[in-house]
Amino acid sequence: MSRNTWKFHGGIHPPQNKQQSVSASIRQLPLPEKLILPLQQHIGAPSKVLVNVGDSVLKGQLLAQAKGFVSANLHAPSSGTVIDISDQPVQHPSGLPGKCIVIETDDKEQWCEINPIDDYRQIDVKQLLSAINEAGIVGMGGAGFPSHVKIGTQQAISTLILNAVECEPYITSDDLLMRERAAEIIEGLQILAFILKPKEILVGIEDNKPEAIAAMQRAAQESVQANPGSPYAVTIVSIPTIYPSGGEKQIIQILTGKEVPSGGLPSDLGIVCHNTGTVHAIRNAIIEGKPLISRITTMTGNLVSDSGNIEVLLGTPVSHLLQHTRTSVNKIHRLIMGGPMMGFSMRSTEIPIVKTSNCIIAADDQEFPDAPPEQPCIRCGACAEVCPAKLLPQQLFFYSKSKEIDKAKHYNLMDCIECGACSFVCPSQIPLVQYFRFGKGEVRKNKIEADKSDRARMRFEAHQERLEKEAAAKEEKRQQRAAATALKKEKQAKAKLEKEAAEAANPSTAATLQTESTSNNADEVLETLKSNATKASKRYQQAKKALQLAEKNGADNIEKLREKILQLETKAGNAKQALKDALPSPAKKTNAEPPSTSNSAQQETDTGAVIAAATARVKVKKAQNALAAAQASGASQQVLEHLTTNLSTARTELEQHASSEPTTGDAQ
Amino acid sequence: MAFISVTSPHTNRANSTAGVMQQLLLATLPGILALCWFFGWGTLVQLTLSVITAVLCEAGILYLRKKPIAFYLKDYSAVVTAVLLALAIPPIAPWWIVVIGTGFAMVFAKHLYGGLGSNPFNPAMVGYAFLLISFPLQMTTWLPSEGNFGASTGVENTLQLIFSNNPGEETNSYDAFSGATPLDELKTQLDLDQSTDILQQQDVFKGFIAGAGWDWVNVAFLIGGCFLIWRKIISWHIPVGFLAGLGILAIVFNLYQPTQYASPLFHWFSGGCMLGAFFIATDPVSAATSNKGRFIYGLLIGVLIYIIRTFGGYPDAVAFAVLLLNLAAPTIDYYTQPRSYGHDKPNRGTAKKDS
Repeated sequence: MSRNTWKFHGGIHPPQNKQQSVSASIRQLPLPEKLILPLQQHIGAPSKVLVNVGDSVLKGQLLAQAKGFVSANLHAPSSGTVIDISDQPVQHPSGLPGKCIVIETDDKEQWCEINPIDDYRQIDVKQLLSAINEAGIVGMGGAGFPSHVKIGTQQAISTLILNAVECEPYITSDDLLMRERAAEIIEGLQILAFILKPKEILVGIEDNKPEAIAAMQRAAQESVQANPGSPYAVTIVSIPTIYPSGGEKQIIQILTGKEVPSGGLPSDLGIVCHNTGTVHAIRNAIIEGKPLISRITTMTGNLVSDSGNIEVLLGTPVSHLLQHTRTSVNKIHRLIMGGPMMGFSMRSTEIPIVKTSNCIIAADDQEFPDAPPEQPCIRCGACAEVCPAKLLPQQLFFYSKSKEIDKAKHYNLMDCIECGACSFVCPSQIPLVQYFRFGKGEVRKNKIEADKSDRARMRFEAHQERLEKEAAAKEEKRQQRAAATALKKEKQAKAKLEKEAAEAANPSTAATLQTESTSNNADEVLETLKSNATKASKRYQQAKKALQLAEKNGADNIEKLREKILQLETKAGNAKQALKDALPSPAKKTNAEPPSTSNSAQQETDTGAVIAAATARVKVKKAQNALAAAQASGASQQVLEHLTTNLSTARTELEQHASSEPTTGDAQ
Repeated sequence: MAFISVTSPHTNRANSTAGVMQQLLLATLPGILALCWFFGWGTLVQLTLSVITAVLCEAGILYLRKKPIAFYLKDYSAVVTAVLLALAIPPIAPWWIVVIGTGFAMVFAKHLYGGLGSNPFNPAMVGYAFLLISFPLQMTTWLPSEGNFGASTGVENTLQLIFSNNPGEETNSYDAFSGATPLDELKTQLDLDQSTDILQQQDVFKGFIAGAGWDWVNVAFLIGGCFLIWRKIISWHIPVGFLAGLGILAIVFNLYQPTQYASPLFHWFSGGCMLGAFFIATDPVSAATSNKGRFIYGLLIGVLIYIIRTFGGYPDAVAFAVLLLNLAAPTIDYYTQPRSYGHDKPNRGTAKKDS
């Protein structure tokens, strides 16, 4: 008790309102008909469902499994049948529904097989940790951080702190738990100490709970007497009553004088801090082998007639609690889960009790009247005086409100613990915490967006790099090819010279060779032109259709479409023209040009004639093929006739060209 | 059954901006009483005129800005501005002086910047500076202090001085009543190559510390200021910084050349020193906001007041010093952030883009 304590900056003294719920001892309620168990009762990933609708489950049976490291198991609080797995109203401040397993209880309270550990000191630490993990224990003070993550820290722990401060007004669940089950809490602390091997164990309790302090001191002494050799003595420290001394960062500062680094964890200082209810649940999990299926919840508020603390099964709807504490439900103005400083208002009485529900306040409009309208901030600085994080809420308010998020961050917005002390003292009734939640949301959003754009930029840069590499590779290849071609050309030129020499010796063979190759080339060219023309006209048609559609729908890019269509039209026309030019020209040429006496001219004309003849031949072949195919597939008379005409035209053409085609013999 | 959804916290301490302003007004009472005792009832007339003008201007502007008039009038901020301005104005100044000054303060210094909470400058001091520059004669003509609620001047005479259009002609006694303040007189005398010894000789300086009546007025405002600190309406940082800044310079110069420079006690207890330190410089809207910032802010105001009083053209300088530091307050704020929980050192300067 004589231990030195430190002060944190600021703090407030809101009306305690704890006396209403401390007179009665912890009691139980009749079993509710339905238990609604949200899959997300903790910080981290929601649990994975293991049961199906229609399954009958036993009390303590695993219903949903932790998904990932920061997550928690969920067990059946009572035996019964799973009747639904669906979205239900849950405890989230957003009011959005969450996925829940709904169990219809069968009144049998039949336990599944449980494995109590007789002497935890004989057990491997890893096994103890996994037992705590299995039991689905999370921080029960309000945050719901999975306990095994905290306990399983790799950092050396010198101080284990039991946060039994309970600084929020109205709430007395930890107070009653300590008064009635102090020995079990001390036992839980011993288990944690066995796992973590700290140098000291500190229990911080506000001096407004003298009974709890006395009970804990007695239990601590008895524990020492019962285990004379135990190196883990528990020190109970009575601390001054001031809100929010129960904040994790604040209780650490009060008991050790150290500050948890911004963005860091208590374990960075060699400290682990647990809530009273959590430690009690850990004890139950090890000593009794029971998972976390119930908790102590304070029922209080003006409208609750039988206020007090209740050991309630998780998943119990709040309406069940209200009913059994004789609450005037129809007069409820605000229904709060948690305390008046940091709790949130519920929209419905059907919301279930979860692992973090330490208090339910049913208040009328006298107890929690509606907030008066917000007035302008006069920068009086009352908020800065009480801020336990030593921030300047008046500045954060301006920056959050005007969305100057960089500036808000510069004023350490993210170190705000949302305790509500600033809002409590604000003479202008500004809901400061609400602004800060908004600001924090913006910071997170900006961070996500920045990360996203960073990733996009990296992707883009990688893409660019790849493209550049490809282009470079291509360029290199091209140069190689160019070099190769140059070499080839040189060779060809040489070959040509040789050939010419050879031609002089044997002209007829050379001519034949040349003619054949030319006619083959011409065929290819024609094919390409044809396909180009078809493609172009197809595109043109498509575009036309798109335009019609656009005109019908009154789209705003009609002008663009029109332009495009014009372009396409020209293209299609050009392609057709090219095709046309290519088709009859050889024939014309051959016809128009008189036979030249010169060797080269003769050759040219001949070539044209050869091309035309070849084309005609191809046409004939095609027409024949088409006709054959049509006949084979049993096409209509009309089509057959059409094809036959085509064939005959092609034949005539061929005859014409064939006549002008030079024969090998009379080329010279 | 659906209930309203509101975010935490769900309770509030029962305090309000109006409450803050009311306590501030309460704290001016000793000062008002002292002013009335030494300079007659004129102060009350000025207060009445000023408050009426302020409320009318505020209501008019709120109407034009389509804001709820009653809601904003109830915060008493207009009354506070009016009272602070009226306390700084000579009790026998013509009625239109205070009306113009208050109107300017409310319309230009307060509402054109966005109303309560958004004004970068202290409205009362903007009004005062405006008057001092525009009407220097009327703004520097005080009655000699006599005590006994200005019995020799009389209520009738006071009203006549304030409301007649040309006091000098009608009463033919304006000069008889009026006089300069001790600060003004000292400045004039020092300019005439007199030494501070005249502080012991002339009537105007015959108070227990610093000039007849004025020292008591300052003591009264000091008492009111202590009440504000006790009630936690203001923090001690600005007044202490203010008096320290003024006092330290006064001590240094006084030790260096006592015949040319008045003592710190004279500076502290003359003119608008205590009114400025506890009521004017402490206006939170236009001041620096962290405790450290407030101290520096106050200190620099004190320093500026000494410099202007001693080397400048005006006998007193609360208004100008406060306005200049209003201008510097955001910069002071940037460099005086407190060290937040879990941080090794406080952040400095402006926000960096990617910090």
